[in-house]
Amino acid sequence: MSERRTVEYNVSRSPELGMDGRPVRMPVLPIGMEPELVGEHMLINIGPQHPATHGVLRLVLELDGETVVKCTPHVGYLHSSFEKVGEYRMWNQIIPLTDRMDYLAPLIYNCAYAMAVEKLMGVEVTERCKVTRVICMELDRIFSHLLWIGTTGIDIGAFTVFLYTFQERERIYDLHEAFTGARVTPSATRIGGMMADLPAGWTAALQLFVDTVPRTLDEVETLLTNNNLWIGRNRDVGVIGPDDAINYGLTGPNLRASGVDYDIRKDRPYYDYQTYDFDVPVGEHGDCYDRYLVRMEEMRQSLRILRQALDRLPDGPMNVDDPRVILPGKSDCMSDMESMIHHFKIVMEGVKAPPGESWFSVESSKGELGMYVVSDGGSKPVRWRVRGPSFVNISALPRMVEGALLSDVIAVNASLDIVLGEIDR
Amino acid sequence: MVESSQAQPGAVAPPNGAGASNQVQKYELALRALEEGLPAAEAAVERTLPEGAPAHPSVVALLERSRDALLFWEVVAGDEYVVFVRPERCFELLRWLKEEPSQAYLYLSDVTAVDYGGGRPLQVVYQLWSMVLKRQLRVKAELPLSALEIDSVVPIWNAANWLEREVYDLFGIRFLGHPDLRRIMMPNNYAEGHPLRKDFPLRGRFSRAEQTRRALSMDTEDFYSPQELVFMQPEDEVGPPGPDSGPGAGGPAEPEGDRA
Repeated sequence: MSERRTVEYNVSRSPELGMDGRPVRMPVLPIGMEPELVGEHMLINIGPQHPATHGVLRLVLELDGETVVKCTPHVGYLHSSFEKVGEYRMWNQIIPLTDRMDYLAPLIYNCAYAMAVEKLMGVEVTERCKVTRVICMELDRIFSHLLWIGTTGIDIGAFTVFLYTFQERERIYDLHEAFTGARVTPSATRIGGMMADLPAGWTAALQLFVDTVPRTLDEVETLLTNNNLWIGRNRDVGVIGPDDAINYGLTGPNLRASGVDYDIRKDRPYYDYQTYDFDVPVGEHGDCYDRYLVRMEEMRQSLRILRQALDRLPDGPMNVDDPRVILPGKSDCMSDMESMIHHFKIVMEGVKAPPGESWFSVESSKGELGMYVVSDGGSKPVRWRVRGPSFVNISALPRMVEGALLSDVIAVNASLDIVLGEIDR
Repeated sequence: MVESSQAQPGAVAPPNGAGASNQVQKYELALRALEEGLPAAEAAVERTLPEGAPAHPSVVALLERSRDALLFWEVVAGDEYVVFVRPERCFELLRWLKEEPSQAYLYLSDVTAVDYGGGRPLQVVYQLWSMVLKRQLRVKAELPLSALEIDSVVPIWNAANWLEREVYDLFGIRFLGHPDLRRIMMPNNYAEGHPLRKDFPLRGRFSRAEQTRRALSMDTEDFYSPQELVFMQPEDEVGPPGPDSGPGAGGPAEPEGDRA
């Protein structure tokens, strides 16, 4: 446990004043309570049904006055064993499971899974598909960060921000829907490509979004960055140093806010991220306020990547020209027998992956998302493992809140940006 | 769909035109490719490194340092290096990999396990990443089903705390020396075993009726760990006298019985 904070209690109606005229520092206790109960620890329970836990997370807190002595998170309320179900599904059928994990940035999960399987199979996707996936992932990074800033604002008492960011999120939902037909669970990727090519006018709509969203980000920053209440609730709260952050396995904006420059897009580039011009924001204090600043800057950097990707989006096929993984065209299936058999075999038997295993890490909006797939040569995986960033990030919560105040627990938990669908899987 | 499979013999019938023959040939090739499946990714089946291949510096260093602890190593999916180590030496090697400055695997990305089924040993998989040297290494230890125990790496990396709990919960591997080895996904009193093992049926071991009965008879306290219950006891005792000896009429009326 780190050092405890000095707390000035001044909530009683007639505070007892000391020699210097300031309230005497004493725990709040009803008058007449047994003296041996002074300093008694209290156990309180937050969640699982609590709006500030961002899902069904349950925290059991042992309090001394208002100071957290011990924090025990309980997860698993949403556990639906996606990894077990995946072992009974064919490679392409797992994609709908991936976006149900992180429903706040579903396209990143779709892409990461497809990449891991393609790496295992040795399939190289087309240039157009690569750029499209980069667009999808950066769009969903903004999508997830916008939700984070809105809900964190609500947790801390700034309601207006939520309305601003959710207006922008609605436009991303519309983009999802225009591309995939679904708003929350797009299931957009397939092994070897995407479920469809980008519809006509989609890139223009995205360009409009990219051009207009910075105004909202400016407004949000005007509301928060220099806001005294926001700074008071966030600065020096939930501090974790760089060494500890690495040791606890923090990744993503949470790690970078502690001053560690680790971004998978830069350190192990995939999909030509090294050719995009963007910066990785790094904080220095490792507190909630730095996490906020890092995420705000990341959204702007994602917009930079989106602009470059829109410029370089090449024409050409979206899917690889490999009959072993990609379905034949619909009109071919309807007009000649061979294509129909081909279609039948891919749908019924599924794509087959060679024996072996592969690990693929991408930088998701919440940190390092690792997909580990093991195959024995069949059309279903032997093991499909998801290293979710939120699961590891939330395990550092006790380290960050023990010794802090109860109200800080809400701020720290919000600042970690967790999604319970992925923690519980 | 069924119709098309019945029509399959028709597919080999000779094409009726020269223009169609090209297309048929193309699809026959495609179908044959489909039958054969994908070729294994480059070097995926290789069990050891070929002589003279550019080796992973950490693998080389491990071989020099403690060859007897290494079983074998392989390269999968083109560029991923996997080292199989003896489970009893695993902790020592991992600690060395973190603390040795020339390796510096300060960041543990993942701990998981793989069950291939059929009574084969379970593999514990450690994903390491060196942020300084930008190197990846995967360390595996195989545990026979009769001895599912391995030293916990929580003393080396705190990140392993929940990851090992998850592996314990879902695979039943015990991590010796883990500070808090409890189930994490399933409830504390879950009695059906370890779900991610291959011998665990998809819908669980118990019948649906039994599962429903257990779910309905669950107590809130099933979710509390024994340590937390220790804290619960004194609070329950303090409960009743609180409002009585409070500051008189000022206190809000507390509904009776909500502490029970």
